[in-house]
Amino acid sequence: MIYMALFGTSVCGVLGFEYWQTARVIAEQTDTTIEVETQGLAEHYREFGLAQLIFVIKERARNNPNLQSIYLLTTPEFKLLAGNLSAWPDQAKGEPKWINFQIETTDTNGKKVERPARAQTFILPDSFHLLVGREMTERQKIQALITNALIWGLVLTLILGMFGGFLMSRHVLSRIEAINRGSRAILDGDMQRRMPVTGSHDEFDRLSANLNAMLDQIEHLMSGMREVTNDIAHDLRSPINRLRTRLEVTLLEKPGAETLEKVMHDTIQEADAILETFNAILDIALAESGVLRDKFELVDITEVMQDAVELYEPVAAEKNQTFDCSISENLGIQGNRNLLFRLFANLFDNAIKYTPDKGAITVDVSQDKNGVTVIVADSGPGIPPEQREKALQRFARLDSSRTAPGSGLGLALVAAITRLHNATLKLEDNEPGLRVVLAFPQNK
Amino acid sequence: MRVLVIEDDEEAAAYMAKGLKEQGFVVDLATTGPDGLALATAETYDLLIVDRMLPGMDGLVIVEALRKSDNQTPVLFLSALGQVDDRVKGLQAGGDDYLTKPYAFSELLARIEALLRRGKGVSEQTTFKVADLELDLLKRSVTRGGQDIDLQPREFKLLEYLMRHSGQVVTRTMLLEGVWDYHFDPKTNVIDVHISRLRQKIDKDFNPPLLQTVRGAGYSLREPT
Repeated sequence: MIYMALFGTSVCGVLGFEYWQTARVIAEQTDTTIEVETQGLAEHYREFGLAQLIFVIKERARNNPNLQSIYLLTTPEFKLLAGNLSAWPDQAKGEPKWINFQIETTDTNGKKVERPARAQTFILPDSFHLLVGREMTERQKIQALITNALIWGLVLTLILGMFGGFLMSRHVLSRIEAINRGSRAILDGDMQRRMPVTGSHDEFDRLSANLNAMLDQIEHLMSGMREVTNDIAHDLRSPINRLRTRLEVTLLEKPGAETLEKVMHDTIQEADAILETFNAILDIALAESGVLRDKFELVDITEVMQDAVELYEPVAAEKNQTFDCSISENLGIQGNRNLLFRLFANLFDNAIKYTPDKGAITVDVSQDKNGVTVIVADSGPGIPPEQREKALQRFARLDSSRTAPGSGLGLALVAAITRLHNATLKLEDNEPGLRVVLAFPQNK
Repeated sequence: MRVLVIEDDEEAAAYMAKGLKEQGFVVDLATTGPDGLALATAETYDLLIVDRMLPGMDGLVIVEALRKSDNQTPVLFLSALGQVDDRVKGLQAGGDDYLTKPYAFSELLARIEALLRRGKGVSEQTTFKVADLELDLLKRSVTRGGQDIDLQPREFKLLEYLMRHSGQVVTRTMLLEGVWDYHFDPKTNVIDVHISRLRQKIDKDFNPPLLQTVRGAGYSLREPT
């Protein structure tokens, strides 16, 4: 409603202004013409005298039989001397002024009609009266035309505006109501529900798209939590059982002090392994929740990578493996220094573990306009394309046995940390071996 | 050495107390925040172990209060809250170290020893000596039995850390933090390999072996008993 009022007022304002400008100009033009002519005639009288003026006026009157231009010259007592008016208009008597009056003329059919006119009166030296004017029919017609047009314009605009406004607000309200309906449905428990997107790419579609993205995120987090609980239950149950069984069986064997001590040490080791798995699961969940993004700082990723390489070099050397590094200097990204180090550490752990003796591990850290790219490649057996997606999941193993050391969470944590940093992770064939490509987006 | 443990889980507290007593500590227990604060203020301790999640009170508050009243007793925070943020908060509140649950008791012990040693102003030392192994920080030199030993920068840092904590148990986590400045529990044997290399240089050709492995806990640089 308010918009309507505002709209209406501004339209009126614009049209009013236009009217004022056009109508005014027409009126002004006419007056100027009359004024100029009046002065010209007065000048003529001063220079050449009465007789000459009468002559000029008679001439001009002759040229204006139909009173397009109006002239009248009279004595101080208003006795006619020259001109094309039959009498000095009563209105024109008195002080020199501008008058609007009616004149009698004949139209094209010979009929007598009254037409509007405008004139100026002037008192010449020696008190002679001069009247100069113009017939205003045409001009008034034009003014009426303009006024008409403007008024119709106003009316039409108002009608269209009202109609359009009504339609628009109905449209807007219906889109908003659609979102409201969707929200209520979700609150009532339909977690799969999403906001409608009409494909028109307008603001409402964008709003819907954003809301849907938020809902996807919530669903992702919820399923992440469910996964964590499942994983904890699933993958910790066996080792804890093992632990318990070992203790129980040992008791049955009525062990001596030495056996007891050994079993205790073994139990501590087993417990440590369980704790490690437990912590890793929590770390992954934490990384995946995205909460840590709030505390991101500028990290010198060059330094972190160099530290990681330095930490793992001796480990690689034990298997006669070498690190081939190409690390650009002073590259920085927004992130969590500790987690990035863990990410690289996990990659190196895997690379060293799966690459045979005397293999090479290549490390590449570079920057281009898209951001920082980190590539860690080994010369081991690699991961077949069809297993790559699974490899990034928790507890995934290439060999389905659980006897290999490590918790199977290495790549899952790598994936989680990558996602946390808004980076992308790609597993590729290094021919031979695995090439892990991480692309960190450009700093904002 | 007197230690005050402020922990509301009575069983965990009892086990901790028992373990610490085995190591020769005198241990007092408080199971609520206010009790703990009262005890800490009234008595003198060499170390406080404070759980953050106490009934109705965050352990941080106790430590802040103590620091405000000029109590500089070393504090080790013990907490199930393990995020980076929490660790930073703990240290900012005046804590000296932060251990997240679940933890290995050996880890706890090692860190306690480190904290107690730290309090004695050893940090200004520039030369360290264990048996005939000597390290000079200023000259960046390491000798054993008079013989010069050439170490890589990181190996030097590693030895320096071990010497600062000579006689104590140093866990892998502590080494990763103190020598590499990264915080997490390194799995596999990554630290072991570095230790092994260091051993090659400082122990292999010498007697007695000083860099010892403490099973289930970590390492220790000391003269064997």
